[in-house]
Amino acid sequence: MHHIISVTVENKFGVLSRIAGLFAGRGYNIGSLAVGPTEKEDISTIVLTVSGDDKIIEQVIKQLNRLIDVIKVVDLTEKEIVKRELLLIKISAEHTTKRSELFQICEVFKSKIVGITNKNVIIELSGAPAKIDAFINIMRPYGILEVSRTGLIALAR
Amino acid sequence: MTKLTGAQILIKVLKQEGVELVFGYPGGVLIPIYDALYDADIRHILPRHEQGGAHAADGYARATGKVGVCIGTSGPGATNLVTGIATAYMDSVPLVAITGQVQTSLIGGDAFQEVDITGITRPITKHNYLVKDVNDLQRILKEAFHIARTGRPGPVLVDIPKDVSVAVGIYNSKLSDNIEIRGYKPNYKGHIGQIKKAVELINKAKQPIIYAGGGVKISGATKELYELAKTINAPVALTLMALGSFPPDDKLYLGMLGMHGTYYANMSINHSDLIIAIGARFDDRVTGKLEEFAPNAQIIHIDIDPAAISKNVKVDIPIVGDVKTVLTDMLNYVKEKEHKEWLKQIDVWKKQQPLTYNQTESGPLKPQYIIEEIYNLTKGEAIIATEVGQHQMWTAQYYKFTNPRHFISSGGLGTMGFGLPASMGAQLGCPDKRVICIAGDGSLQMNIQELATIREHNIPVIIALLNNSYLGMVRQWQELFFKKRYMATDLVKNPNFTKIANAYDIKALKITKKSEVVPAIKEALKNKEPYLLDFIINREENVFPMVPAGAAVSNMILGGEN
Repeated sequence: MHHIISVTVENKFGVLSRIAGLFAGRGYNIGSLAVGPTEKEDISTIVLTVSGDDKIIEQVIKQLNRLIDVIKVVDLTEKEIVKRELLLIKISAEHTTKRSELFQICEVFKSKIVGITNKNVIIELSGAPAKIDAFINIMRPYGILEVSRTGLIALAR
Repeated sequence: MTKLTGAQILIKVLKQEGVELVFGYPGGVLIPIYDALYDADIRHILPRHEQGGAHAADGYARATGKVGVCIGTSGPGATNLVTGIATAYMDSVPLVAITGQVQTSLIGGDAFQEVDITGITRPITKHNYLVKDVNDLQRILKEAFHIARTGRPGPVLVDIPKDVSVAVGIYNSKLSDNIEIRGYKPNYKGHIGQIKKAVELINKAKQPIIYAGGGVKISGATKELYELAKTINAPVALTLMALGSFPPDDKLYLGMLGMHGTYYANMSINHSDLIIAIGARFDDRVTGKLEEFAPNAQIIHIDIDPAAISKNVKVDIPIVGDVKTVLTDMLNYVKEKEHKEWLKQIDVWKKQQPLTYNQTESGPLKPQYIIEEIYNLTKGEAIIATEVGQHQMWTAQYYKFTNPRHFISSGGLGTMGFGLPASMGAQLGCPDKRVICIAGDGSLQMNIQELATIREHNIPVIIALLNNSYLGMVRQWQELFFKKRYMATDLVKNPNFTKIANAYDIKALKITKKSEVVPAIKEALKNKEPYLLDFIINREENVFPMVPAGAAVSNMILGGEN
């Protein structure tokens, strides 16, 4: 099962490599990973998704807690949370006929067009990962040129 | 607040932390630190290889319980420490490794003797630091010692760039010893609710067994372990790391368990209905095939490291805390028990399959016999360091340790080349003790250069070399599981070890007959000086009992003579 784990860490160099190294060394699978600053300058938050059975997740959390630079680890999976991911997607739009169709879909998804050239359109969308996945699927027939996703971030209510 | 150079700050903190000796090897970027050491009141031992220095600091720490300190220069000096650091990490030994680093402006540029040692040692240290500002150095060094010695101890590496050791920074002589690290708060006191639940299981158990590991030694809880065992009349099996934590002559003692453990220890744990695991981590060398390990047992697990709990084996009652503290609390609640039937059964197992060997007067030398004679002649009071392999297991089986700090051996990592430098460190830490390094001919050659260090400082360790001219443990596996196809294990072209010792100006004797064994050991023990005893042993002697790797503990091979 997929778990969403929020890790509060010291904002020091090398912290990310400690966490990434821990996962690599012990054979855990990271699905996604998002790092960012918090309201406190010396603290960062890392939100990561990891898959595995209960035993593995228990070990992941314990091993993360063992790291000196890790201040707090919370498994958000069972909690009531708000989760979001940001997507930037570049779609081929050489055939101008398709553009209006594209714009309509964008409106349905409440996404934004953030860049237009003669050749392509860049669209921005935020939402839960399922919504992002759905949007990417719908975009496929139009010709996806590039996709960039932030990875999941989450907060408990 | 004083202004000092980084190198001077290092010396100040070392003194403050009670460091009396360091094992270090100088190099380009370390010269400023060595210049400060020149004036310092700290003994410096120069190993002949950084790996020797790391193992020596480790041996010192294991024998004394204090933090060991080793120093290596940037690049190869640092990478040479790596095996020593990993060895200490696997066995939870408090170690502070100081490495020199190229100056900060050169870091990342593939400078001469530059290596990313904090990156390399990340998975084998409890924590590590790259010091970028001399004003952080004092705090970082204090944190390093604090982290190394508290909680589940382990090695901490501090990488100091050359410009940081030269730069002048603030040294605060009033800096508090109370280190606060918000991400590091080891839990010493066990949860009383959990302890009471554990006691309920203990009171109900019919066939309990205590399985005690290195945590008992680290926590200094041999007395509490003894009291618990005696109160509830539970047999005690020890891991390799815990040998000496329970009186070897006590009727409750089962010896070592696991791959080369005793028949009765393995039978007992497999038939138990309750395992009380204390400061142990269910290593695969202990459990064998996990699915068939102690099928009917519930498990209580006491450990200071939460991650050690339910890592390999599902635990019924976890108790996170310091072993000594938890056992002290537990002793307030446990009831006296007898377990007559259970102990009677264990007695039957003990009588069925004791550890045995057969040394004849004229036949080849048996390593077990040599170890028993070393035990007899040292009255069991020597500190024994071992290398890794067959000789290590024979030592674990046949030397009856009465103090857990008297057995110094690389358990988790199984590092050949550990024993000789570790014995050196142990002897320097415990000058009043006799220290004997029981070695194999393969392992001894991995750090044999340390004979020079031993000679230079007249460190009176006795090297008891059990020489079968084989990489014996691998050969044993090849014999038993690979149809005697002895690939790369025959060391028939070994050097003449007595001549090697003599070349280092160390006395040595070669022993080939039973009648020579006792006189040779006596001769070596006579004076407090280094000595090498080259015992030519039965070449194809095996270590039994043996649980084949990956097999269930109940599938022991008991050996030919039984």
